[in-house]
Amino acid sequence: MSEAAVSSGALAPDISSDIRAARSHLARRFLKNPIGITALAVLVLIVLAAIFAPLLTSYNPNGVSVLNILQGPGAGHLLGTDGAGRDVWARLLFGARYTLAGALLATVVAAILGITSGLIAGYYGKWFEAASSWVTTLLMALPGIVVLLAARAVLGPSLWSVMVIFGVLLAPAFYRLVYAAVSGVRNELFVDAARVSGVSDFRIIARHILTVVRAPIILQASIVFGIAIAVQVGLDFLGFGDQTIPTWGNILNDGFTNLYRDPQLVIWPGLAIVITGVALTLFANALRDELEHSARPSRRRRAAVATAAAVTATAEPVPPVSSTTIVHEEPDTAAEAPLLHIEGLAVGYPQPDGSVTRVVDDVSLNIRRGEVHGLIGESGSGKTQTAWSVLGLLPSGGEILEGSIRFDGEDLSKVPSAKMQDIRGGRIAYIPQEPMSNLDPSFTIGSQLTEPMRIKLGVSKSEAKAKALKLLGQVGIPSPERTFTSYPHELSGGMAQRVLIAGAVSCEPDLVIADEPTTALDVTIQAEILDLLRDLQQELGVTILIVTHNFGVVADLCDQVSVMQQGRIVETGPARSLFADPQHPYTRSLFDAILDESPARGAYAEVRP
Amino acid sequence: MLTFTVRRLLYGIVLLFVIVTLAYLLLYAAAGNVGRTILGPTATQATVALKNQQLGLNSPLISRYFSWLGHALTGNFGSSWFTNQPVTTAIITRLQVTLTLVLGAVIVSAVVSAGLGVWAALRGGWVDRVIQVFSVLGFAIPGFLIALFLVRIFALGLHWFKPTGYVPLTYYFGGWIRTVTLPVIALSIGLVAGVAQQVRSSVIDSLRQDWVRTLRSRGISERSVLFKHVLRNAGGPALSVLALSFVGLLGGAVIIEQIFGIPGLGQIAVLATSQGDVPLVMGLVVAIGVLVIVVNLAVDLLQGFLNPKARIS
Repeated sequence: MSEAAVSSGALAPDISSDIRAARSHLARRFLKNPIGITALAVLVLIVLAAIFAPLLTSYNPNGVSVLNILQGPGAGHLLGTDGAGRDVWARLLFGARYTLAGALLATVVAAILGITSGLIAGYYGKWFEAASSWVTTLLMALPGIVVLLAARAVLGPSLWSVMVIFGVLLAPAFYRLVYAAVSGVRNELFVDAARVSGVSDFRIIARHILTVVRAPIILQASIVFGIAIAVQVGLDFLGFGDQTIPTWGNILNDGFTNLYRDPQLVIWPGLAIVITGVALTLFANALRDELEHSARPSRRRRAAVATAAAVTATAEPVPPVSSTTIVHEEPDTAAEAPLLHIEGLAVGYPQPDGSVTRVVDDVSLNIRRGEVHGLIGESGSGKTQTAWSVLGLLPSGGEILEGSIRFDGEDLSKVPSAKMQDIRGGRIAYIPQEPMSNLDPSFTIGSQLTEPMRIKLGVSKSEAKAKALKLLGQVGIPSPERTFTSYPHELSGGMAQRVLIAGAVSCEPDLVIADEPTTALDVTIQAEILDLLRDLQQELGVTILIVTHNFGVVADLCDQVSVMQQGRIVETGPARSLFADPQHPYTRSLFDAILDESPARGAYAEVRP
Repeated sequence: MLTFTVRRLLYGIVLLFVIVTLAYLLLYAAAGNVGRTILGPTATQATVALKNQQLGLNSPLISRYFSWLGHALTGNFGSSWFTNQPVTTAIITRLQVTLTLVLGAVIVSAVVSAGLGVWAALRGGWVDRVIQVFSVLGFAIPGFLIALFLVRIFALGLHWFKPTGYVPLTYYFGGWIRTVTLPVIALSIGLVAGVAQQVRSSVIDSLRQDWVRTLRSRGISERSVLFKHVLRNAGGPALSVLALSFVGLLGGAVIIEQIFGIPGLGQIAVLATSQGDVPLVMGLVVAIGVLVIVVNLAVDLLQGFLNPKARIS
């Protein structure tokens, strides 16, 4: 184990968040984790063997016998004898006492120092916080082994003093963990409430704060314990320890000096160290898994559960889903073949228990060239899943179960992924919902805009740049040059959305799928983005499928509307006739809901002529 | 960015100053009768007194400290009490060796763990599980124990590599490779275990980000999404783990150098501390401190390169 693993705090940030909710069940669940419980059992066995060493062997671990040097394993000596004729099994058992006690001492010192200072710094802050973070940096800049060597030169070869000093060096491992957790909950309501109701600081810390970090402390302790063993064994192995006591490191050292005469002498202490180390690591891993597991369910599962919940348990006033779609007929229907023709589409997520959660069911849509088609419905109605299906970008685990997606005559649900990659970006483009999280934070806007153009349009770097700058101007970015060299975090949400729109139309697609393009923006910005989309649509003649839950957006932009509820299309037709005469009760309830929510713009009821 | 760098540098220098001061005062306070330590128990009282006077140990500790500090700032750290070799020379020749090992381990670990981490994240299934098991073992088994087995198998058994000694790279490449390979592997394994885990989880995390979907929607190839975009974003956290391991790696090198009989800083550290050769120990403290500061600064700059947000803070 490297001591850096602790100081890296790789464990700390994840754990400190949100553990409270699950801690009561943690112990119980840990006991059901087969790896964790096995590792714990092995550790308990090792500790028991150390405690009851005198019962397990009759030999004196330091009993030198010139007559019995280097005897192999056998009747008299379970694991044979070492270079001084001492019984190896006895030395290992008694060695466990010293080795484990030494590591325990280091862990306890580190824990007491780290937890106390972490609590004080986290809870009271002020100058103590500054001072201790300084000391922490200082301690972490010191190479442990070198300090221990120097300490040994001063204090002499004592296992206990070395372990105490190592404990001090490892204190930051606990400090950082406790400090992060405590400063996180310091100002939470339940702590405030306790403070206001006159509970003493001491009791607040004990009752409300220590319980939060209890499990992570155990986890950290097991790692620190392992590192202390490794360092102690390392020093003893090099011959810098107290040679008069049988530690595992000294046994290893003796084995190493007799490596050529009896190679198996290295094996036994090596095995003891490896088994203990692996058991500690597995114990810590299992504990961490359970901690993270309880802190946050896996994202996919959460998303699927949320969707499923939304599909199955929509709010009560919503009328039941009808299996037929109400169609508002138009005079010139079926005049030309639609650009996008979705027929009987079903999308589902197979669950671990073998069932399939259907999030889209029997959806049919016709989108003609040059039209703006609104797909409207509340969250979880399956509209985004439908949009992703068209792009071939369903989240992992999701699949198209039935139906076809004909784009310009080709069934997208059947084309190979390489072909789909050509279609994406080039012929079908995508405008996401959340502008800030949809730009790669590590690359400039310019780089993200030009990369697709160079692939799709095969233009040179300078041509792509010229085109990108032109596009940025077109989408209303005031200083394209500056934005081109900016990073996403330097843009506002509205600017980022303009950049994403520029990116979507950069390769002259036939169809743009916009997934709630205004939802994450301020109301004033929303109107500007809608204006931009309309202008671009008229300028480029592009077809747009716009996913939204807002009738204001539909009123503002769309020629055609399809209303989606619980994974099905319940009503579809020209925006004007649907607005004039909503038939389906769900459509009507969506209209009623507008009154409660702030519209995209004032005149939402005014339908485009 | 410049002010950030300068601030970090100043902070590092203050830190170094504190460490050096503490070390100096503690080491001399604990040094006892230096002349007696050097000359051994057989020397007469008079020669011991003379030795102490030659070493300037009769003046007060504080004035000795400031005189040492003044010389140190000009690069003069005095001479070893036992060999009379100038401390600067002793350390610089050995620093090269240790840096070869440590940097070699960092590079090997970075490459191997990036490969393993990405592989585990993408393939999942048995690949992921095998790499997880490897990580646990690499993390749990101390590096020197691995070194012992490596020596046993590849040096003593197969004779592919040298069990001990060191051949400088400038002297003979083949010899260099035969002497540094095993120590570098022994140093790297624990590091690879930790960093590969970090790469794995950062890659999995990055792949779930919204911008990955948007990149794909632009028709960017999977290869570019993964190796250009995801890996760059996953690089930051992995780099942090690697950087924090650097100090530990210096400590690990001490033990590894002992096992392989390599004349690096570790060997000098062992020798100087066991003899109580305070000028040499102080030189080591300064060398390691400077190294840690330089590495931290380099990592900060690299972090800024990888993560544009880090550049402004």
